[in-house]
Amino acid sequence: MLKRFWSWFWFIVGATYFLVPLYATFDFSLRARRGELSFAAYANVLNDIKFVESFWFSFQTALATIVISALVIVPTAYWVQLRLPRLRPVIEFFTLLPFVVPAVVLVFSLARTYSRTPLTDSREGLWVLLVGSYVILSFPYMYRAVDTGLRAINIHDLTEAAQSLGAGWFTILAQVIFPNVYTALLSGAFITFAIVMGEFTIAALLAQPAFGPYMNRLASSRVYEPSALAIISFALTWAAIAAIQRIGQGAQARVAGPR
Amino acid sequence: MAPLTRTETSQPGIERRAFSWTWLGVAPFFLFVAAFLIWPTLSIIGQSFLDQERRLTLRNILELGRPFIVSSYVYSLQLSAVTAIGGGILGGLLAYAITIGGLPRPLRDAVLSFSGVASNFAGVPLAFAFIATLGQLGVVTQWLRAVGISLYPAFSLYSFWGLSIVYIYFQIPLMVLIMAPAFEGMRREWREAAESLGATSWHYWRYVGLPILLPSILGTMVLLFGNAFGAHATAFQLTGGGSQGNVVTILIGAQISSDALANPGLGNALALGMIVIMGVCIGLYTWLQRLSARWLRS
Repeated sequence: MLKRFWSWFWFIVGATYFLVPLYATFDFSLRARRGELSFAAYANVLNDIKFVESFWFSFQTALATIVISALVIVPTAYWVQLRLPRLRPVIEFFTLLPFVVPAVVLVFSLARTYSRTPLTDSREGLWVLLVGSYVILSFPYMYRAVDTGLRAINIHDLTEAAQSLGAGWFTILAQVIFPNVYTALLSGAFITFAIVMGEFTIAALLAQPAFGPYMNRLASSRVYEPSALAIISFALTWAAIAAIQRIGQGAQARVAGPR
Repeated sequence: MAPLTRTETSQPGIERRAFSWTWLGVAPFFLFVAAFLIWPTLSIIGQSFLDQERRLTLRNILELGRPFIVSSYVYSLQLSAVTAIGGGILGGLLAYAITIGGLPRPLRDAVLSFSGVASNFAGVPLAFAFIATLGQLGVVTQWLRAVGISLYPAFSLYSFWGLSIVYIYFQIPLMVLIMAPAFEGMRREWREAAESLGATSWHYWRYVGLPILLPSILGTMVLLFGNAFGAHATAFQLTGGGSQGNVVTILIGAQISSDALANPGLGNALALGMIVIMGVCIGLYTWLQRLSARWLRS
């Protein structure tokens, strides 16, 4: 009985901590017009051409990040499981390095190391650095997701079957491995998407017209619009995570089914 | 004798060639990591031991002892410690409540889903949310004013404690996400065994539960520590990014756009200090997780 009481107590404390700021932000975002509650702040944000441009920029950047990350990680994870299982801890170590090198240190190192090269002297070069950093940040999530996905299928048999039908490595990867890790890839992709869309540090320090720096700048000129943006951003994160959980359940059910 | 030597010399040669082709499969990954992570980081670490004429020196490292740099590191370390402990305790209790605390199952799923979102909800939008909550015009600030409590000027969202409250918002969910499986890994038999020997709830937690969970709890708190120490965007949005009296990450970020310290080597040394601290955190976390895995893997 006492145990139950304390559980409820801590649950309520936690829920309050989580929900009050969200409620307050929502409440605040509705007060753009004096004396009434309205969605004016949202309308202002959505009608702002800079919002659309920066959102679209980050969206494209996120897609590029996901595609490149998948193209690097899937063949690597596949090859390591098939031929180099001893290398797995090494790959794991490298994918976890972004936790040791925080984003600000990563972008600092990149900017210093490649200064006075086309990578930092041109718009395109800076974008390459941006996507490259994001791909590095996505590795821990992508590798773990794909590695787990690969373990659920029998890649040795699939590879041999494909080879006996005359398939080359490219065909095996494109037509056998990729389709089979599709759901695992999607969950890695959604978390990458959520991270890239809200990322501020790297984008701002590389002077990129991304969504994060846009949100940051908006705060200096507007009062209510930032909270509308916070709500939009929270909804976006929520959607991405919900998609992952939906996919995860589907994948689990499928793995558990045949056994 | 002769055939033996031939096989001895030829066999390893074939193996070595096959070996190198196999390695080619992971080359793209390593090239990518080398170009965008390893080479830049190593070059920064190396350059923090070079002076402006590229001679070997320890001056940059020693210059980390400048008062404003030390105070910046101390500020970051304190902020990380306070939010790791605060977020760790709150998150740990919440994880306990939703797993073995006897709450209805749907609450557990709801809290875990929410934690997945909230742990990724950091940076600029999180700062906005708290400005709307506890800023000068914030909703909660006004509620409190209505009942006669004025937060300002005694409290400020932009102060150490204000920043701590904001950081704890993304620390709690991380703790919940990692600790919930650990609590669920506690075997019911352990508790039953203890109770059959006459242990009370206090005895059980003091002599069985806590000792088993302690490495896991400490490890996760170390991870929270690193999580806060590396954070940049949230603090930047709240404090405006001035280089005085601020977290280390902002100090480092300021070195990119302008060489504010007028010494590139010192900027490199700042980054090196950060990498060392983060490396210690991750190492400690890995070690503690390994300790706890002995008991909690079923």
